[in-house]
Amino acid sequence: MAIDKETVKKVAFLSRLKIEEDKIEATEREFNKILQWIEQLSEVNTDGVEPLVSVNDCSLQMRQDIVNDGNLAEQVLANAPMKEYGYFGVPKVVE
Amino acid sequence: MTDLTKLTIAQAKKGLKNKDFSAVELVDAYAAKMNEGRKYNAYVCETVEQARELAKRSQAKIDAGEGGNLEGIPLGIKDLFCTKGIATTACSEFLKGFVPPYESTVSAKLLAAGASFLGKLNLDEFAMGGSNETSAFGPVINPWSKDVPLVAGGSSGGSAAAVAAGMCAAATGTDTGGSIRQPSSYCGVTGIKPTYGRCSRYGIIAFASSLDQAGPIAKDVRDCAIMLNSMAGYDAKDSTSVKIDVPDFEKFLGEDIKGMKIGIPKEYMVDGMDSELSAYWNKAAEMLKSRGAELVEISLPHTKYALAAYYIIAPAEASANLARYDGLRYGNRVEGDTLDEMYINSRTAGFGKEVKRRIMVGTYVLSAGYYDAYYVKAQKVRRLIRNDFMNAFEKCDVILTPTAPVVAFPIGDKSMQENPITMWLNDIFTVSVSLAGLPAMSLPIGLNNGGLPLGMQIIGKAFDEASVFKTAFALEKDANFKGMR
Repeated sequence: MAIDKETVKKVAFLSRLKIEEDKIEATEREFNKILQWIEQLSEVNTDGVEPLVSVNDCSLQMRQDIVNDGNLAEQVLANAPMKEYGYFGVPKVVE
Repeated sequence: MTDLTKLTIAQAKKGLKNKDFSAVELVDAYAAKMNEGRKYNAYVCETVEQARELAKRSQAKIDAGEGGNLEGIPLGIKDLFCTKGIATTACSEFLKGFVPPYESTVSAKLLAAGASFLGKLNLDEFAMGGSNETSAFGPVINPWSKDVPLVAGGSSGGSAAAVAAGMCAAATGTDTGGSIRQPSSYCGVTGIKPTYGRCSRYGIIAFASSLDQAGPIAKDVRDCAIMLNSMAGYDAKDSTSVKIDVPDFEKFLGEDIKGMKIGIPKEYMVDGMDSELSAYWNKAAEMLKSRGAELVEISLPHTKYALAAYYIIAPAEASANLARYDGLRYGNRVEGDTLDEMYINSRTAGFGKEVKRRIMVGTYVLSAGYYDAYYVKAQKVRRLIRNDFMNAFEKCDVILTPTAPVVAFPIGDKSMQENPITMWLNDIFTVSVSLAGLPAMSLPIGLNNGGLPLGMQIIGKAFDEASVFKTAFALEKDANFKGMR
């Protein structure tokens, strides 16, 4: 499955990354090389094989639905690039 | 007086107990080595003052005949572990300036055991890399380098180099596809990736969550056991950590390996394997045999496909994990006219080349229309790889392989820079184990003709680190590797 320039641009946008125009071709080439390489998995017969999602087959631990922390707004905001009135500051999202 | 930085943790504990030296003297000895070793670029943040303060407290405890398992022992911490009040960057531009308001579970356990932290150690950006060259702080230089600067391996390159050069008593590492074992091999030190679920991932900056696991890098097998004793254990804050007893790993050291079955996988004898490496592999097997262990040929038929499966699963998980770096709540924001532009500008400026590459590969294999063809397919192959190990372990107790196909290579190696796949192939002996979630240790077996260390890997059954430790301890005795200088 080879990919083209348009796909590279689409994947970059989905990843929220910008690729400079002059790098798109090189990225496309590299991407195709990687995809060609991982294509080898198609040789493996996986009929009836259950996908392995987690190596440890134990079910998740349950816990009581109770508050176990709180009043940490200051710490939560400590690394925010922009904060105001105890909130994260974000660019305007509503026109 | 002896060079305190040459002492293993076990020896230093004894020396502290006997009052041969103080905990502060121990910190000072390592601080002097850190000064000398700055050229290796192993530390990205030094916290010697804090370590000295903690050492004073430890000394008081030692004087009172109290203290934990690591009381007064100075460690280095991979800069992927969040450390409260100490900058934590994952060696990414994106996180430069980030100061976590909380402590990772593993580092908190080490502090609780009495350890102090000398600083944060260099790594490949977000642990993505096999040579430490993707770090935003520049590559680590392998202390074994001669004329040409060599890589320390990766991603835990700073950890392995710091231990090799005596710049900490031991270090924490993390391993996703070989990131503890491969740098340990390149730097002539000992490291273990425990079973997935053995250590809590809470507070470790996530790369590929179904694979990431913390473990120690240390001067020898015993020190790894001492470290893992304090690092392991169930944690309610990590739903994938497993509620299972943690034995005292140290007590297995020295146990007889007579009658143990050592598996030798024929698929690991890859074409064109370095002749010295295969000679050492044979020699290691013979050493175990002469102690009464039995060598068994085993087959891991899907080995060939492990790398391709890994390079689908790990980037897929990475692309999801790294979606959190949006410039809103932490990390470095680069403004834009719209919200999307701000995301794009921040991420484009903040991530390096390899991280971007993996995010994009991961995004692609998860995107509509390709999810089944790539991601689900890789997960099915992952099960076959795990089944291979389960079948093999019906015939053997542990598996012996080399850790990496090559020794440390020069920084900036052209073939690796030009083709990412060439770099990825260095993980060939380590990724299958990661995909299967099994414990595996790398320990130095000897030097090649060029005077560079080679590592052997011992793989165990899930949660059977005990067998790995006792086999490694026996092999270490016979290999009698001297370390640096």
